[in-house]
Amino acid sequence: MNSSNLTHLQQLEAESIHIIREVVAEFGNPVMLYSIGKDSAVMLHLARKAFFPAAPPFPLMHIDTTWKFREMIQFRDRMAAECGLDLIVHVNEEGVRQGVSPFTHGALYTDIMKTEGLKQALDRYKFDAAFGGARRDEEKSRAKERIFSFRNANHRWDPKLQRPELWKLYNTRIKPGESIRVFPLSNWTELDVWQYIHLESIPIVPLYYAAVRPVVERDGMLIMVDDDRLELQPGETVQYKSVRFRTLGCYPLTAAVESEADTLPRIIQEMLLTRTSERQGRLIDHDSAGSMEKKKQEGYF
Amino acid sequence: MAHQSDLIEKDILAYLKSQEEKSLLRFITCGSVDDGKSTLIGRLLWDSKMVFEDQLASLEADSKRVGTQGGAIDYALLLDGLQAEREQGITIDVAYRFFSTDRRKFIVADTPGHEQYTRNMVTGASTAQVAVILVDARKGLLTQTRRHSFLVSLVGIRHVVLAINKMDLVGFDAETFDAIERDYRQFAEPLGFASITAIPLSALNGDNMIEASVNTPWYSGPALMDFLETVQVEGDNRAEPFRMPVQWVNRPHLDFRGFCGVIAAGTIRPGDELRVAASGHTSRVARIVTMNGDLAEATAGQAVTLTLTDEIDVSRGDMLTVPDSPPIHARHPEAHLVWMHDEPLQPGQIYLVKTATAVTPGRVTAVQYAVDVNTLEQKQVPTLGLNGIGVVRLELDRPISFDTYRQNRDTGSFIMIDRFTNATVAAGMVIAAAPLEARNTSLTGPGPDLAEPDGGHLRRISLSESFISGTGVSVVDLTGEWGPIGFDVTASFTDYLGKGNRVLFRLRDLAQLEAVALLAYDQTLTFEFDRTAEGVSILIFKRGIRSEGGLLTDEGTGI
Repeated sequence: MNSSNLTHLQQLEAESIHIIREVVAEFGNPVMLYSIGKDSAVMLHLARKAFFPAAPPFPLMHIDTTWKFREMIQFRDRMAAECGLDLIVHVNEEGVRQGVSPFTHGALYTDIMKTEGLKQALDRYKFDAAFGGARRDEEKSRAKERIFSFRNANHRWDPKLQRPELWKLYNTRIKPGESIRVFPLSNWTELDVWQYIHLESIPIVPLYYAAVRPVVERDGMLIMVDDDRLELQPGETVQYKSVRFRTLGCYPLTAAVESEADTLPRIIQEMLLTRTSERQGRLIDHDSAGSMEKKKQEGYF
Repeated sequence: MAHQSDLIEKDILAYLKSQEEKSLLRFITCGSVDDGKSTLIGRLLWDSKMVFEDQLASLEADSKRVGTQGGAIDYALLLDGLQAEREQGITIDVAYRFFSTDRRKFIVADTPGHEQYTRNMVTGASTAQVAVILVDARKGLLTQTRRHSFLVSLVGIRHVVLAINKMDLVGFDAETFDAIERDYRQFAEPLGFASITAIPLSALNGDNMIEASVNTPWYSGPALMDFLETVQVEGDNRAEPFRMPVQWVNRPHLDFRGFCGVIAAGTIRPGDELRVAASGHTSRVARIVTMNGDLAEATAGQAVTLTLTDEIDVSRGDMLTVPDSPPIHARHPEAHLVWMHDEPLQPGQIYLVKTATAVTPGRVTAVQYAVDVNTLEQKQVPTLGLNGIGVVRLELDRPISFDTYRQNRDTGSFIMIDRFTNATVAAGMVIAAAPLEARNTSLTGPGPDLAEPDGGHLRRISLSESFISGTGVSVVDLTGEWGPIGFDVTASFTDYLGKGNRVLFRLRDLAQLEAVALLAYDQTLTFEFDRTAEGVSILIFKRGIRSEGGLLTDEGTGI
């Protein structure tokens, strides 16, 4: 509000850095949830900027569903090492024992491996604040969520009991067992994220760039055959197509788009000229209108 | 079309370059569902091509299912985010929307117009630079229009768009438009907006939204999008005196000590002198450190890390400022308070007060008056309830550094937090340190840390052990004090002086002279006045051998 001569990206960057520093100053045991996607990449970059020349004083945590793309896992390990950060990888072992998979458990799979896994990890390490890379422009229920979003001891979000959030003054007070999810990228849009990655040369998982990859067509979506756990259904054949991913998640649930965009400017170009929103590639959002809101109330990020 | 498709297709690098210089505008829309507010925002998103095909498909489906436009596209459904609200057909909280054109990125705070939601409007307005206030052309100004305008002015928004909507339903009648505009200007005059721009609109049909409408040939002003893209908001306070609340001290190893924060005002360069508002210590900027390399200059709005040339004590909660124009450093701010909680304000009860620099326990000592948001009348009230707005006096446990809200929205604002429930219960905007009024300067003699007398506006400083350090000379720094002061003297203080020690008062201005002189008079002390390049100071001491006939052996102050 006091800075009309800074560009929009400079202002967004300053806001995010302020938020990240505030968490470190006010919380005893923060963690940064790292999903390995482009938003996480920007969030991590901003955290490094916030504390330079020191490394960010908190660990990264990845909730691994065991179904992430292999390239994501390689990228994750490389980035944590390069940034000098501790990396916590948490897997819901109970879910693994029960053989929960995206093929057999449908919507339950996300609840168990992602939402439950996250709650387990937050409880185990007793984190009082967790950074997430969600943006308000992604999805309607997020448009109303605070930057500092309160969670009760059961990790639940109550949209009707949100704290008013004014100026840059964030209420960070919680009782034991309660926690705050913090979204430093709340006010960024997908275009902002891409422009910033371009401007700051931030490394991202190569899956965002187009390349020839093995895919099958299933329910009108292109699913990449990332390992031999993807069983072909009758009539499906593996095809080699030039594809890329606009969003990254579990490979059986993340649709690829056919694309030739193999550089950042070309990705941005494609994004600007395209006519579908990025979440469309996530099968999870198609369940029902308001499905994300329900998931959030139950503790999904 | 808002984005230059041709350039995107032909030369994406040139396009990206052109986007790097884009500015950011935050605005708020005020009005009720009936005014077509959600339709207006939905339309801006729509026309700036921020709606994708899959969203359009679900919008069409939703329009048929729960829409209010008889199956035609209901733009409002782009916005109503939460399921419960969708079913009720109203938005109940603050939501943030984003769109951008080639010139600007916009963040829209979308807030409801319902009476009980003053809280949400103030929240949404706190970060906005422009307000779009919707009026239904058929209805003209309503009570809520006045309420919204008052709240917007209270929170420091200087530019208002009076969006006179549903002009199609009054036949695009120029006289109707003129009458509403005239009424509004008259009503809003005392609110002191820098600009009021009235625009005749039909959000539903797109008239004057993006382009001048053929239906309003009598209107020569900008379309809404034109206005939003070009309005120049002040709030560039890079020329103001430097302010940076220290948010975090970065100390990775013994050789690096960086002070992190967002610059709230002014511009800074290596070599510039800085002063810590609370302690009065000064140093110079050594480096402005960023991961992209050291900067030669940093300005308001940037998040930076400063290193200083001297090892002075600075921590989170301090404010770094220019030496010659320090902020207020005081315990008794007077402020506008917006109460945001179901439980009313309990005057006298301790709350946590969070400002840009610190969290400090404090209480409201008096509600001077409340403001009726509908009539703007002031009335005497014992307390403030949910959505109540008033002028209050605070007493903080310790002095903090701040500016008036008028001067700086970042360093002049605060929130209040309930200590037990941790709820955010109020938002405050500092008016002044303490009102100047008739001085009640009778000093009440020894008394440890007396609370301020009821209704007293004097800031009483207890001269206790905390001001005394070692032997020889102790310093009482008054340069951060604004407004009238008085002193309470403790036994340890008189003892200290009785042993031949001296106390140096550094003054902010000559208005403080009287209080120190009265102290000397009451306590039978001698004082020496000194004016140097550093400022004005007074040294007080006891003529220890006065009873033996007058002169002190060691007269020289040496300071």
